[in-house]
Amino acid sequence: MRARTEGQGIGISRRGVFLWMGALLLASLLLSVMVGSVPIKPQEAIQALVKGGAGSDDAVATIVRKIRLPRALLAGIVGACLSLAGLGFQAISRNPLADPSILGVSSGASFGLMVAMLLGVAGPTSNPAVTTLFAFAGALLAAALVYAIARVDGRLPMTTLLLSGVIVGLFFTSCVMLATVLLAAAELQGVIFWLMGNLGPASTGSLGVLAVVLGIGVAALFREAPRLNVLALGEEQALQLGVEAERVKRVVFVAASLITGAAISAAGSIGFVGLIVPHAARLLLGPDNRNLVPMSVLLGAAFLILADLGARTVAGATELPVGVITSFCGAPLFVYLLRRRRGTESW
Amino acid sequence: MSAIVVQDLTFQYRPGLGLDGVTFAVLPGELVGVVGPNTAGKSTLLRLLSKVLVPQRGRIQIAGRDVATTGRLALARQVAVVPQEFQVAFPFRVAEVVLMGRYPHTAGAAWGSRDHQIAWAAMETMGIGGLAGRSIDELSGGERQLVSIARALTQEPSILLLDEPTAHLDLRHQRTVLTTVLARRPEGRRTTVLVSHDLNLAAEHCDRLLLLVEGRVQAFGRPEEVMTSETLERAYGCAVEVERDPASGRPHLRSPLSQPGPLESNFLTPRM
Repeated sequence: MRARTEGQGIGISRRGVFLWMGALLLASLLLSVMVGSVPIKPQEAIQALVKGGAGSDDAVATIVRKIRLPRALLAGIVGACLSLAGLGFQAISRNPLADPSILGVSSGASFGLMVAMLLGVAGPTSNPAVTTLFAFAGALLAAALVYAIARVDGRLPMTTLLLSGVIVGLFFTSCVMLATVLLAAAELQGVIFWLMGNLGPASTGSLGVLAVVLGIGVAALFREAPRLNVLALGEEQALQLGVEAERVKRVVFVAASLITGAAISAAGSIGFVGLIVPHAARLLLGPDNRNLVPMSVLLGAAFLILADLGARTVAGATELPVGVITSFCGAPLFVYLLRRRRGTESW
Repeated sequence: MSAIVVQDLTFQYRPGLGLDGVTFAVLPGELVGVVGPNTAGKSTLLRLLSKVLVPQRGRIQIAGRDVATTGRLALARQVAVVPQEFQVAFPFRVAEVVLMGRYPHTAGAAWGSRDHQIAWAAMETMGIGGLAGRSIDELSGGERQLVSIARALTQEPSILLLDEPTAHLDLRHQRTVLTTVLARRPEGRRTTVLVSHDLNLAAEHCDRLLLLVEGRVQAFGRPEEVMTSETLERAYGCAVEVERDPASGRPHLRSPLSQPGPLESNFLTPRM
């Protein structure tokens, strides 16, 4: 029986799935370093990554180490953050359609960041930890609002959750628009590009802050994973099984808002990643959160690296915002999940 | 010593709705049925016994310990609840859902081989061993209910609280529940509290019945003491006729349609 409870229905063992997805992540990382306006051969890319430029010519080393690798790392960490946040929101709302962008949490984080800009504490030279903190506060505020509005008799029904997510999202988007009017014209173009989702050049500092925040998020969610599983039985059953449901939800709620805030402040608003990736991870490994937490990190990183690669290449020399790619993947999936659920559940 | 002692238990959602000064005790191994009209507070009682709700007044002792000062995990090792509706949010497999019943014992650590054995035995008991690898959202409502009971048995509780366990079950699944969970074995049976709308089922299987009306205990005693037409008419506010089941000798409700009266002769018999 043990074997049957662990593997999911795709005919590969759990370890096999993790190995394959780990390989996918490495492959996408390598690919994103190789592909661009200056194509780089695989062995050159690996050499530049491993040996730090010695032996390969300097231009290649510079492109790889100074431009493409930081960008790929940023995409990877942001993808992991957004996926993990989606997984967390889904687990505590018991709803596979929850996602930072759908719940309006991303808009809240954007608003927090605009406030930081208006106060003059966000900018190219500012401390990434401070901007992250502002985005975190905005995300937390939006998430708290959504849950407060959606709550009916201590439960979070699907319809009210989605509707309040839309409302809160629209509200904070308006706040962001208001803030853009107040910003100086010089700052405006950067802001708009960032709002569309921008994985531009990343500083080592902001990568460091992101990595630390992701680490905190992974630790918090992995620790609570067994309790998140029990929470799938409903809050009342979770309490009756000895799970302090309120505490678990609070911890995951704050952690998910934190990683959303960090991702948004580093890369702007990138939608649907938190919806797509946990769904794919569930297809591969089943709904056990002890597997989904590490798998969402792996898959989320690989997905956004590849999406960014697509954004850089599909339109030739014109770079698309990566949020366009993720939305084109995510919106149809959302519709599919919504339609499928309507048949099985009254709401 | 009593398995459950409830004293002056009060919890009201708003004045007039909830429980008001309920007192009773359940003996170890006893099967007590909780019956009464809608909004009598039956499910509220189960929520209080399992510490989902905290009493506004009064206290509950389970196995000699005050529930208010017992930790949730410790309580969950004593008390398991089969809820009225069993909804699982994500498509977990049946075996995974049943194994969640081990949470109070492992507190989140990986399941050991003993946990798997206990879960497996519970699934066999409920006759769902063949469903172990199936996804929970592929099952019928009745099968899900059996999973829910297997999950509760996996908790290895000394006290089992059941909320309408047979309500959505067809005859065969009802039998499974009745013979495994409510079986009349005086020794070695776990203490069971059964909430049910089905008075005949409760009278047939329970050692004692607790009749709640508007949050208060109207009667508590053996089925033949509680199920009198007088008491039930007062509780439910409608005419009730009680007869004896010839096989078990226990009280049994007579269907209102089986007594010919003016209503039936006027409307239900076809007039030629």
